[in-house]
Amino acid sequence: MALLIRNGYVYDPMNGIDGEKMDILVEGGKIVDKLKSAEYEVIDASGMIVMPGGVDIHSHIAGSEVNAGRLLRPEDHAKDVELKTEITRSGVGYSVPSTFTTGYRYAKMGYTTVMNPSMPPLEAKHTHEELCDTPIIDKATYPLLGDWWFVLEYLRDGKIEECALHVAWMLYATKGYAIKLVNPGGLEAWGFGRNVRDIDDPVPYFNVTPREIIRGLCKVNKLLHLPHTIHVHTNNLGKPGNYETTLQTMKCVEDLSSGDKPCIHITHCQFSAFKGVDWREFYSGAEDIAKYVNFHKHVTIDMGQVIFTDTTTMTADGPFQYILHELTGNKWVNHDVETETSSGIVPFRYRRRSYVHSIQWCIGLELALLIRDPWRIFLTTDHPNAGPFTSYPQVIGWLISRKAREETLSKLNKRARETALLPSIDREYSLYEVAIATRAGQARALGLKDKGHLGVGGDADIAIYDVDPRKIDPSTQYDEYVKAFSKAAYTIKEGEIVVRNGEVVKVLDGKTYWVKVSSNSEYEVSEDMKRRFTEYWTVQFDNYPVSEAYLKRSKPVQVESEV
Amino acid sequence: MGILISPKRLFDVPVHARCITPDTFSTLSLSEILNLEVHEGNRKRKLKELFEVSTGPYTSPEGFTIWMKGDFSKVRYIGYGMSTGKIVLEGVAGMHLGEEMKGGFIQVYGDAGSWVGSMMQGGRIEVFGDVGDYTGAAYRGSGRGMRGGEIIVHGNALNETGCYMRGGLIKVYGSVGQFTGMHMHGGTIMVGGETEGRDGAEMTKGKIVILGRVPSLLPTFKIEAIKPRVKVGEERVEGPFYMFTGDLAENGEGKLYVSKNNNPHLKEFEKYLSPVKVK
Repeated sequence: MALLIRNGYVYDPMNGIDGEKMDILVEGGKIVDKLKSAEYEVIDASGMIVMPGGVDIHSHIAGSEVNAGRLLRPEDHAKDVELKTEITRSGVGYSVPSTFTTGYRYAKMGYTTVMNPSMPPLEAKHTHEELCDTPIIDKATYPLLGDWWFVLEYLRDGKIEECALHVAWMLYATKGYAIKLVNPGGLEAWGFGRNVRDIDDPVPYFNVTPREIIRGLCKVNKLLHLPHTIHVHTNNLGKPGNYETTLQTMKCVEDLSSGDKPCIHITHCQFSAFKGVDWREFYSGAEDIAKYVNFHKHVTIDMGQVIFTDTTTMTADGPFQYILHELTGNKWVNHDVETETSSGIVPFRYRRRSYVHSIQWCIGLELALLIRDPWRIFLTTDHPNAGPFTSYPQVIGWLISRKAREETLSKLNKRARETALLPSIDREYSLYEVAIATRAGQARALGLKDKGHLGVGGDADIAIYDVDPRKIDPSTQYDEYVKAFSKAAYTIKEGEIVVRNGEVVKVLDGKTYWVKVSSNSEYEVSEDMKRRFTEYWTVQFDNYPVSEAYLKRSKPVQVESEV
Repeated sequence: MGILISPKRLFDVPVHARCITPDTFSTLSLSEILNLEVHEGNRKRKLKELFEVSTGPYTSPEGFTIWMKGDFSKVRYIGYGMSTGKIVLEGVAGMHLGEEMKGGFIQVYGDAGSWVGSMMQGGRIEVFGDVGDYTGAAYRGSGRGMRGGEIIVHGNALNETGCYMRGGLIKVYGSVGQFTGMHMHGGTIMVGGETEGRDGAEMTKGKIVILGRVPSLLPTFKIEAIKPRVKVGEERVEGPFYMFTGDLAENGEGKLYVSKNNNPHLKEFEKYLSPVKVK
C-alpha cells in the first residue's frame, strides 16, 4: 500500500530537516520521492509532528533473565493487564511485560526498532524465540562476550586477529549484532565469589585485566568493521565513586578511535556516574563525565534515566545485583550462566523521598543536558532497570521543559534538591534534539543505515504525533507533548499503518538484525573448543549455534572484515 | 437506602465481582446496578443474570449498606477497594473479601475464604465463622501486605495469617495454622487459640500475641522477658507472657508474646533470661 503523509511538521535530523512542513511518500515499505501507483492512502498530518520511527539502543525485552524476571514478579503482572482485542493478544506486566505486550506498547509510542542488550550466548536460542514473538518492532541482540572464556584466553595471549575471527563466529553462531561487555572481567571473578576493583585488577585464573579486555574487544570491533561500537556496562557499576572507573574506561580506548567515529558506547551511564564514598556521602559525577564526553568524540552514551516507580532490575552483573539485594532485602535471583556470564534480578522501587534515588534521577538528566552534542547521548531508561520503557514520554517531558523538571524537583528529597546541579541548568531540548536523542542518533550509533531518517530509500518506519509545535509551546505545555508521545497518532512500519490513535490496528512480524562478517580467512572451530564444550557445557556443541531458519524474519547485515 | 443481593443459583466456577462495593452501588440507580459486569469463569455476565438484586431500607451508621444473603463461596473480590459504607453478608464469602479495602465495614455471619482483607489499608472486617489462608496478606510475590485497618475473626484461621503485614490489627479468637505473621514488617496479630507453629518466621518488626498453646518456637527467636500483660490495639490482654524477639535470621526486631500458663513446655527458656541483678 502506498502512502502520502501530507503537511506534517517533519523532524528528520539526519537530513537536517527541522520542523519543515512537507509531504512524505511511501511505497513498497520504503520512502520514495515519487509514487508509482495511482492508488494511495492519504494521511492528513497537518498540525502534527512527523518523525522517523523510534530506535532504542538498550532495552531488556527478551531472554532468559527477562523471563526469570517475569517468573519472579507475579505482583507486577497483577497490576498491569492488557485484554485481547480482535487483532492483538492479551498480556501482562508493567516492568517486565510479556513479549506481545512489549511489541504493542513500543509501537504505540512510535518506536519501531529495539535492541535487546544482553544475551548470554548459551541462551541465544531462547532469546531469539522471544524476539520472534515480539511483534511489529525490528530487533537485534548483543551477545555477552566480555567474560567469554575463549575471548579472555585470546586476549591474555595477545592474539587479537584470532580473537576477531572467533568473535565473528560467535556473532554468527548467536545471531548477534554487537559486542556487549558487562562488568568486563568482574563476572568471571564472580564465579570465584569475587569482583574486580577497577579496570587494572586482573581476573582470577585468566590473568587479564578489564582494561585489556575492553581494549582488545575494541580492536576486534574495529578489525571486523562491526556496525555498532562495543557496548559497555562499566566495572563498579552502581557503586559510589564509580565515575572515576567510567572515565578510565572511556580514556583507555581514546587512542583507538579513528577520526570522528565513536569506538565505545557507555550504556546506562547514570548508574556509572556516582561520586562520593558511600551512600550518605553520595553526589553526582555527571558534570565530570559530561565534560569528558564534550571534549572527546570517541564516546557515545545513553542515559539510563531513573523513573520514580516500582520496577525490576536485571543485569548480567551478578555481583552488583547481589549488592542490591543486600541493600534492599528484596527477593532476588542470582545465576551463574555456566562458563559464560552471570546474572541477577532484584525488584526495586525508586522513591522521591530517598536522597540517593533523587540524586540518581538528577544524574540522568544532568548527563543529557550537560552533554552538548545530542548525537552522542541517547534517551533510555535501561528498561526495566531504571524504569519501564513506557516512561520515555515522561523523560522527553523533562528534557523539553524546565518547568516539568522543576515540578518533579519540588517533590524530591530536600537534601538532594539542595545539593544537585540540575536545578541550575536552563537548557531545554528542542524537538529536533529530541528526534536525535530518540531515533536519529541511536540509529547512527548502531550503524543502521535504513533507520532513523526519512530520506529517500530509508525504511518507511514513521511515527506521527498529534501535537502542533507551532501552537503548543513545549517548555510550558509539556504535558501535551508527553501525552502525544505516549500515544502516537500513527505508527507506520515498513509502509503499513500499524497504530492509529494509540491503538494497534495491524500486527506484523518485525525483522531480526544480525551481523554476518565475511572474513578473508576461514574460521574453523577448534577441536579444543569442541572438547571443552563436551566437558563444561550442558549443551552439545552441535546444538549450540542458532541457525538462520530459527529466526522468523532474518535480516543479516553484511560487513567486510580486515582479517 | 441499601441493596439486597442473593445468588440465583449455586456457582460451579469462580465469579469475579469486584463491582459489589458500596462505593460503586451508592452512585448508581438500580437498573444500572443490574447491568454491572461480572465474570463467571471466562464468561462476561451481567449482575442480574447471576444475582437477585433489590433495593430496601437498609441503613447503618457506616452509610450505604449492601445486604448479602446466601452462599457466596465462589464469589471473589466482594468489597474490593471499598472506602465507605457497609456490607453485611449472611452466608459464606468467597476469596479476596475486602481486598485493598480503604474504609467502611464488612460483617460476615458465616465463613470466609482465603485472602480476607489482603493488602487492606483501612476499615474493618469482622467474620463470625472461620477464614482460610493468607488473611491480611500480600498478593503473591508482593512485599506489601495489610497496612491498616482491622480484621476480626471469631472462628479459626488457616496458614500464613498476616503474611507480609505492615500495619493494622488482626485478631483471631480461634486457632490458626502455621506461619502466623510470616515476613511481618509491622502491625499486630493476636491469636486467641493455639497455633500449629513456626510463628513469626522471617518477621522483622511488629507484634504477635498468642494466648493459646504453641507446639514449639523457631530457633531464631530469643527470649527477652516475662511480661504480665500486653497491649493489643487499644485493649490490654492479661498474661503472663514470655516475650521473644526475632526473627534473628533476618536481624528482625519483631516481638512474639506467648502465654506462659498455656505453654508449660516453654519453661526451659526461662533459664536463658538474664538474672535479675540484686544489690
